[in-house]
Amino acid sequence: MKYMLLMNYFIEGVPPIDQWAPEDVQRHIQFQHDLGAELVANGEFVDGQGLAWPATAKLVRSDGVSDPVVTDGPFPESKEFLAGYWTVDVEDEARAIAIAAKASAAPGPGGAPIQQVFEVRALMEAPAPVE
Amino acid sequence: MLVRRSGDLADAQDALQDALLAATTQWPAQGVPDNPRAWLVVVGQNKLVDRYRSEEARRRREELVGTMEAVDAGDAFETDDSLLLLFGCCHPALSPASAVALTLRSVGGLTTAEIARAFLVPEATMAQRLSRARRTLRDLDGPFRMPSAQDYPARLRAVLRVLYLMFNEGYASTTGTSVARADLSAEALRLTRTLHESLPDDPEVAGLLALVLLTDARRPARTGPRGELVSLTDQDRGLWDRAMVDEGVALVEDALVRGSVGEYQLQAAIAAVHDEAPSTDATDWPQLLALYGLLERMTGNPMVTLNRAVALAMVRGPDAGLALLATLDDRLPGHHRLAAVRGHLMDRAGRPGEAADQLLLAARGTTSLAERDYLLVQVARLRHGSAS
Repeated sequence: MKYMLLMNYFIEGVPPIDQWAPEDVQRHIQFQHDLGAELVANGEFVDGQGLAWPATAKLVRSDGVSDPVVTDGPFPESKEFLAGYWTVDVEDEARAIAIAAKASAAPGPGGAPIQQVFEVRALMEAPAPVE
Repeated sequence: MLVRRSGDLADAQDALQDALLAATTQWPAQGVPDNPRAWLVVVGQNKLVDRYRSEEARRRREELVGTMEAVDAGDAFETDDSLLLLFGCCHPALSPASAVALTLRSVGGLTTAEIARAFLVPEATMAQRLSRARRTLRDLDGPFRMPSAQDYPARLRAVLRVLYLMFNEGYASTTGTSVARADLSAEALRLTRTLHESLPDDPEVAGLLALVLLTDARRPARTGPRGELVSLTDQDRGLWDRAMVDEGVALVEDALVRGSVGEYQLQAAIAAVHDEAPSTDATDWPQLLALYGLLERMTGNPMVTLNRAVALAMVRGPDAGLALLATLDDRLPGHHRLAAVRGHLMDRAGRPGEAADQLLLAARGTTSLAERDYLLVQVARLRHGSAS
């Protein structure tokens, strides 16, 4: 089963990463790198991407006829921003949750786990065998 | 033994293939078995296991390994070392997904890149998965030998399960790279056929081959032009592959008369009843009901009960089917397929509102895009009366 582990940008009680000390940032980046390497070594990695800052995001809306309405970020009314994702191919949902838990405990300022919220969603794929 | 000596399963596999090929040329001269295929088959049928495992045989095999450099590897798939490898790859220490991948790589003709494409993962990921599986087997101390007489029936079941999963992996998906997925089914069919040629007297091997043929025969009709699922009822049966149906029917009929009836033979018999019917209405539902009843008693699988409820509804009406489904609420709690069948039967019972609710529940629970699309179209039809 494939799962997407969606990483929320906003973290309760933790300042944005651009305000962290350099060694904290280094440690965090190393953690993400190691996690990716571990998933590859496990034969579980499918894809993983970090997304650019929400401030660089654009909202697009169109009626299909007129020029589309394009709005620049940031969008202060919303705390829900996707920061990045892992896509993994694992035996079961329990394993996907275990990976998300590990990623959630990524080191933040002072090396403390940031407890980032991950949303675990199954990818749509083949139906189970039926006859 | 080979694995320990070379320290790498891939190398050991090659060495073993070579050694077995050497065996095919040297055994006759040494007066051991006349025919290596027959020999391995007989081993598989538990008659010469002791001889195979004897110290003498071990010594002989070690001698063969020593001479293997001089031997041309040839086409491994033409010899029964593929049978040995197949039994090795389907070791219970591996997860089913790993066993399927390793079998495709080691016994089948697929490259790592092709397997990765079929499973929609990067090649590096699949390479790691394969090497982990090989490591698992290597740590087991020489898995690439035929299982003992005692372990043989369970291992054969594992082999059949892996081949069945491989087939379904390729058959059930209608999304993604459908061509690559179809390769999995073709490979499963080929390997099952090879297994049947090696073990022609095993009725369950014949049953699985029949099941694969009878299911694959419907492939041309089971998806529409946009890849959407077409239900059995709505399939154009003229598109079914009659040659595959005929071969599958003959196989399962032959297997069933041998006496030892198993799960795959019953599933094949069910598929055969569908494949021989000109339409859903003209299908022999009483026979299907009886076959599902046998399969249910044999497996205790609630998914079989679910299918029996469909057959029951066709024989005695939707209310009888719905009553049977009520017994499944505890065993398949919240399962989307239970809701799908319940919705279908409620629709037949003339309860469109409740049917739509159930089908929507099913649509929310499924992880198949094609199945969700199909269910949503049915919901829309029931709620708005528009044809799909």
